[in-house]
Amino acid sequence: MGKTLYRKVWEAHTVGTLPDGRTQLFIATHLMHEVTSPQAFAMLRELNLPVLHPERTFATVDHIIPTDNQCEPFADPRAATMLDALRRNCKEHGIRLFDLASGRQGIVHMVGPELGITQPGMTIVCGDSHTATHGAMGAVAMGIGTTQVRDVLATQTLAMSPLKVRNVRVEGTLRPGVTAKDVALHIIGRLGANGGLGYAYEFGGSAIENMEMDGRLTLCNLAIEGAARCGYINPDEKTFAYLKGRPYAPKGADWDAAVERWKSFASDADAEYDDVVIIPAEEIEPTVTWGISPDMNIGISGSVPSPNDARDTESRKAYITALEYMKLTPGQPIKGLPVDVAFIGSCTNGRISDFRAVAPLIAGRKVAPGVKALAVPGSQMTAQQCEEEGIAQIFRDAGFEWRLPGCSMCLAMNPDRLIGDQICASTSNRNFKGRQGSPTGRTLLMSPLMAAAAALTGRVSDPREIFDIA
Amino acid sequence: MPLNKVISISGKAVPVPGADMDTDRIIPARFLKCVTFDELAGTMFHDERFNDDGTPKGHPIDAPQHAGACIILGGENFGCGSSREHAPQAIKRSGIQAIVAESFAEIFFGNSSGIGLPCVCAAREDLLAATALTAEQPATVWTVDLDSMTLSCAEATYPIRMPAEPREALMQGRWDAVVELMNAPQEVAALAAKLPCPTL
Repeated sequence: MGKTLYRKVWEAHTVGTLPDGRTQLFIATHLMHEVTSPQAFAMLRELNLPVLHPERTFATVDHIIPTDNQCEPFADPRAATMLDALRRNCKEHGIRLFDLASGRQGIVHMVGPELGITQPGMTIVCGDSHTATHGAMGAVAMGIGTTQVRDVLATQTLAMSPLKVRNVRVEGTLRPGVTAKDVALHIIGRLGANGGLGYAYEFGGSAIENMEMDGRLTLCNLAIEGAARCGYINPDEKTFAYLKGRPYAPKGADWDAAVERWKSFASDADAEYDDVVIIPAEEIEPTVTWGISPDMNIGISGSVPSPNDARDTESRKAYITALEYMKLTPGQPIKGLPVDVAFIGSCTNGRISDFRAVAPLIAGRKVAPGVKALAVPGSQMTAQQCEEEGIAQIFRDAGFEWRLPGCSMCLAMNPDRLIGDQICASTSNRNFKGRQGSPTGRTLLMSPLMAAAAALTGRVSDPREIFDIA
Repeated sequence: MPLNKVISISGKAVPVPGADMDTDRIIPARFLKCVTFDELAGTMFHDERFNDDGTPKGHPIDAPQHAGACIILGGENFGCGSSREHAPQAIKRSGIQAIVAESFAEIFFGNSSGIGLPCVCAAREDLLAATALTAEQPATVWTVDLDSMTLSCAEATYPIRMPAEPREALMQGRWDAVVELMNAPQEVAALAAKLPCPTL
């Protein structure tokens, strides 16, 4: 039997076996941001240890920065302290930091692929669960905690046990108006928010093969929302075309050798999987969440489910909690639900393709009165592209607040947050209770197309109807 | 610095029921605006426990009968969501020494094991029974024992599960991996020389 990409990468990066039986795994690339790193540096200092391979760590600032005004000092002194700590730590240890003035700052999961730092066949970690994103490039990428950040800084390795691999195949052609986000939400709905425990998800099938890189990044980004610590897609010509010419990608003669090497990591045709799931692409609708876990989702034509629809007693309880928190009624159509805020951005949907897809649809139209609409490019590079292509202006003209790059309203560590029990049509990744900053705030996860439709109509809407997509 | 061997934890338990107890609920993001873990004691499950105005919501953690509990009885997919180590740090620094749940999210599990906070799985019916018993008799002293792999009290004993490697690491007092990770410098250097590094 052949091997999966996961196993090949794992074997190529294995240092040895630790006394407790875990693998000591070499980490090719370590990404860093300001929230989960300061304590790791403090631990290093306590142990009097240097950073072993500073050239393999890349840092940026994303979670805490304001997106309206990034002049310093920041209004929030705690945010300023965190950025100062990152700057100090990076300087002290010789780590590259894509700071605000670099032109390359952005959400860590945008910066890696955009700069060509994320490459196939690598082990990539970051103190951030959405590190799964980088698997879209054919890497084995996963989120880690702060103590593990310290381990990587000190030793460039981690103590890990391998995951099982589930091949999730989406076969066929996606229907018009159905995006990578809808595919991801649908998969999570099918397999459950805990369905991926113990697994890496290898996404494949014709719908994934035909998906562009930005969509693949969105899909792998959400692997963790289905409990798969790691999601990946085998590298192919689209991957190589995406990487070619990026600042940190191999150049000249090294490029051809790198491509050959990268190809060798793709799962073999006869690779052995621990599980295989096949999902027909045609069954996927534009999808939206109704509850407080990403698997609580339905197609746009669906209705809010009843606790009686739950698969068991525990889910039933979870449905009751969710309905109460969301203030929704079983049987109520999700379409037509009024929204207060629309947010397009985050490491899930803050990419150039997301803004390119929405811009022509909203050109010449206006955000509905009373709706606060935020468009937040995920990185400075993307922001600049959006300016150059006239996309930013289209958003501004439509009544969106066009913001500066950062995590923004995904997670409430900066000034962008919901107020009271506002409902947000959000392209982010988590609809957890309180996630968007108000302990009673309500999040509906959806694609950029659906969020744009919600912004224009003030209600949850089917983007195919609002934008005549057929 | 030698680490403590984590073998057996005994004390009162507190139920934190519900599936998919995510790390945003364990510790809301606003508490992450810090550069140390030192101030996290008492923040665990903050918004589950308190209203906006600071008044208690009546969460079991704040019930006088559960005061001083050192074992959490949780549900399915406990600790899902963000990789923030602040979550297990807040739990540990709030006096909890073990978590028993139906299942754990991977990253949370790893983060907890790495700071010497054992997370063990129990069958749903056993957890429900233990939770019911704890609700009825909050003073019940439970023992989470990694040697016998049981959750027990005077009235009942339930089997618990944990993967072999972290269990071994906890029981031997080697749960902080960094020391062992430094034992193979030559092998690491060889891989570093061989494996590509992104460069300009």
